[in-house]
Amino acid sequence: MQSGGFPWLTLLIFLPLAGAAALFFVKETNVRMVALGVTIANLLISLPLWWLFDASSSQMQFAENVVWITSPPIHYHLGLDGISLPLILMTTLLMPLCVAISWRSIDQRVSSFMAMLLIMEGAMIGVFAALDFVLFYVFWEAMLIPMYLLIGVWGGPNRLYAAIKFFLYTLAGSILLLVAILALYFQGGHTFDIVQLSQQAYSPRLQFWLFIAFFAAFAVKVPMFPFHTWLPDAHVEAPTAGSVILASVLLKMGTYGFLRFSLPMLPDASKDFTPMIVALSIIAIVYGAYMALAQADLKKLIAYSSVSHMGFVTLGLFMFNQQGIEGAVMQMVNHGITTGGLFLCVGVIYERTHSRQIADNVGLTKPMPQYATLLVIFSLSSLGLPGTNSFVGEFLVLVGTFLWSKIAAALASIGIILAAAYMLWMVQRVAFGIPSPQQLPKLTDLNRREMATLIPLVVLVFWIGLFPNPILSRMHASVSNVVARATHGPQESPTSTGQITPVVEPVPAPQTVQSMEAPRP
Amino acid sequence: MMLSAHDLFAILPELLVVFAACAVLALDPITPSSKKDGLAWLSLGTMAICMGLTAARFGSPTTAFGGLVVIDNYSCFWKLLLYFVTGLTILLSFPYLKEERIYLGEYYGFILLALSGMMVMVSGADLLTIYLGTELMSLSLYVMAGLKRGEAKSLEASAKYFVLGAFSSGILLYGISLLYGSAGSTQLPAIAAAIAGRSLDDPLLLFATILIAVGFSFKLAVVPFHMWTPDVYQGAPTSVTAFMAVASKAASFGAFMRVFVEGLGGVRANWSLMFLLLCIGTLILGNIVALVQTNVKRMLAYSSIAHAGYALIGVVAAGRLAPAEASSAVSSVMLYIALYAFMTFGAFTIIAMLRKGGLEGDEIEDFSGLAKRHPFAALLMMVFMVSLAGIPPTAGFIGKFYVFMSAVQAGLTWLAVLALVFAAISAYFYLRLVMVMYMREPEAVTALSPRFVSSPALSIVLACAIAGVVFFGFYPDPIVNLATQAALTLK
Repeated sequence: MQSGGFPWLTLLIFLPLAGAAALFFVKETNVRMVALGVTIANLLISLPLWWLFDASSSQMQFAENVVWITSPPIHYHLGLDGISLPLILMTTLLMPLCVAISWRSIDQRVSSFMAMLLIMEGAMIGVFAALDFVLFYVFWEAMLIPMYLLIGVWGGPNRLYAAIKFFLYTLAGSILLLVAILALYFQGGHTFDIVQLSQQAYSPRLQFWLFIAFFAAFAVKVPMFPFHTWLPDAHVEAPTAGSVILASVLLKMGTYGFLRFSLPMLPDASKDFTPMIVALSIIAIVYGAYMALAQADLKKLIAYSSVSHMGFVTLGLFMFNQQGIEGAVMQMVNHGITTGGLFLCVGVIYERTHSRQIADNVGLTKPMPQYATLLVIFSLSSLGLPGTNSFVGEFLVLVGTFLWSKIAAALASIGIILAAAYMLWMVQRVAFGIPSPQQLPKLTDLNRREMATLIPLVVLVFWIGLFPNPILSRMHASVSNVVARATHGPQESPTSTGQITPVVEPVPAPQTVQSMEAPRP
Repeated sequence: MMLSAHDLFAILPELLVVFAACAVLALDPITPSSKKDGLAWLSLGTMAICMGLTAARFGSPTTAFGGLVVIDNYSCFWKLLLYFVTGLTILLSFPYLKEERIYLGEYYGFILLALSGMMVMVSGADLLTIYLGTELMSLSLYVMAGLKRGEAKSLEASAKYFVLGAFSSGILLYGISLLYGSAGSTQLPAIAAAIAGRSLDDPLLLFATILIAVGFSFKLAVVPFHMWTPDVYQGAPTSVTAFMAVASKAASFGAFMRVFVEGLGGVRANWSLMFLLLCIGTLILGNIVALVQTNVKRMLAYSSIAHAGYALIGVVAAGRLAPAEASSAVSSVMLYIALYAFMTFGAFTIIAMLRKGGLEGDEIEDFSGLAKRHPFAALLMMVFMVSLAGIPPTAGFIGKFYVFMSAVQAGLTWLAVLALVFAAISAYFYLRLVMVMYMREPEAVTALSPRFVSSPALSIVLACAIAGVVFFGFYPDPIVNLATQAALTLK
């Protein structure tokens, strides 16, 4: 593990926080520029990580480790691997876009709004970089308040209800997480270090309870099927930037949690719960898509499509094979890009027509050809057209699922068909429908700022869709590590339950499930 | 028993506080109203000196008066907290009394007398000494609760507090006398020695334990002995409420844990179970009833009941853990109360500051749209609320973290889960205030305006409170270490 190097991650976390504090001393007219400057600076700082990252290693890189609290030993321990790297980059990329899209639509208490966005950015990066469980929890919870305010202060007409619902749901979900962290501390050798904790074996009974505790927190955040009801409300009421952050990054924290904690630390329980998770994922995929089909509100449609897409992610994660998990991580990034793009599109049109109803925004191709083009691209990406980013992820997930169960794969692919249905139907109406005459007379096409907001995402849609390898190659080693830990793990030495078992050394990537299981006695 | 120089030196801070109290009371009639501030300065100066004296004493424990009084790290920790809170109270009272037109010099005298009682409580190693301190504190607080003489609510608060307080003192004294009958001494170490190896079913001992627990439960506002709290908190002048909510609770917890961990450690299985039941009841009632309050002071009163419940988790854990490990649980309670002091005091300060017309605005509706009119006051209040809800990165989270940790350590994982469920419920009413401040439009009729904002005294109070909440939220190490060290001396 490296240490003593340049504190990249600290800089990424604290630059936005410092920026948020600084906004209070900036003149109201300059607030937007400062916020944009800070987020762009953060993006620039995060870019070198992409090249400096050692793709051959599954170890935590750019690690920083200092004692934060001495008793009990809680460390300010940061680091990233091939799983957190793309998520952090996605976050730093989306934040300037969020600032840009809020440029005109937010005209009240701008400095507070931008400060909330910046605090969110710091906390989100912190979640993906934290390697101490308490530190992780602090970041995890710290973003509740800014998000609550983002929805509740700058949201739509029903914002109070949505904000409280979002807050209480997610807070209630993470209750058990804190207790689970404390239980792990006492069972895992009095440490909160995530790397150390995931190198130890826990008794099946403890794993069972810890899994339930983790599941409650992560499933609410994802959100998995019966815990998803906060999501459409939050999305519909949140301002555009809030929706983007919520869909693109916050939902990923749940699946990231499964990947970082549930699978490597609790492999036995994860396996026992797999049928349940698969069932919930498939229900989410089909049900979310089905609900999306029925929506008349663009934001609600995309919100339900998120439930469906996140179902693919949880499905892939619990396949315990390289393809499934890589597909899931890809899908986490892809969903961030595509859904982020779609929400930005809705924000653009909402600024013009002040309606999110599909019926009010029909036939935009004539007045807004550029806009319609981008909307179609994001929609096609969302339904997983080959050549776009989502295809890669969904394909990998389905391959992984196929290896586990053909029936599950078949059921999951229903979601793709439904996705094609709701997305194309939406596009057909919004882009190509026949507008009523009094509608849309004075709609202007995308301005330069909006173009600049959407184009980076379009580039990523095609880049990942056509050349996914740069991302995949960076996550191979780390995913193999998780797979090895989740499939071998403590099972290899059943006699040593309760004792410390060394982690299975990272298997050279890429591997298939069969070849990794081969050396097992 | 002869007074020795050693004894007098040991209780020097207590003596100073009592002298200052007498001086304030004596000087008050001859001080012209324009110069009453001088009395406050005198009190503040005393706090500063005492703080220095006690801080210097930290780490070199001693006993005095033949073991009636102990000056160890444990008592020093509580005393430092008490000086700090008293200092803040005096600073807050400065502008507050003027605004409320309470020109009473004896106010500061009562605060100091109450403080000296609290100091005796946390230093007492003898049940009668502790009782003496408790009474001194309570009597002063009864009077202070009624200082808004023109208001019926304040007088009601005072009367209610007095009747129930006297009642609880009686129960406490009865318990002490029974324990004396059973153990043959009122000194805690002697009691501990006498009951070592005694059967847990010993009826006299059991009854004495219960009565003492009930007596303290009144002071701590633990359910079902909490009934006085909302009315008293609401009726008393806000600066007094803040003092009661924080300082008297700290002193009571200080004395209470010494009595039970040190004196009655031999029957820990008994009291641990008893406090477990009280703790659950307190968590449930405090948090649930707070949900329906429409007055901020009442809401904070129920919240303070709930917080006593969280702190009790640590006490229960201390009773469950082996004596060698119990100090971590004790320190978690100390930490909890200390951190709770910052946020609660801050919240009450904001309430004291916000006024509509000439009156205090303490209905939740009064806070509508405060963020638009006074973003700074709203921001501070939000941080205090978030901290009270226990959401990181604030001091409130740190406090909860350590208490829950001791619960899990003691094998009470389910209790930690239960408490966290109620913490989530509590988030609703804390956030409702945030919602009202940030997401509602201000109404002209109920608009609040911070008065005496320009008062430097108030700025200092708010700065201390917010600094404590934020600093210890991010970097709790100093206060954690202090509490850990202090708890070690409690055996």
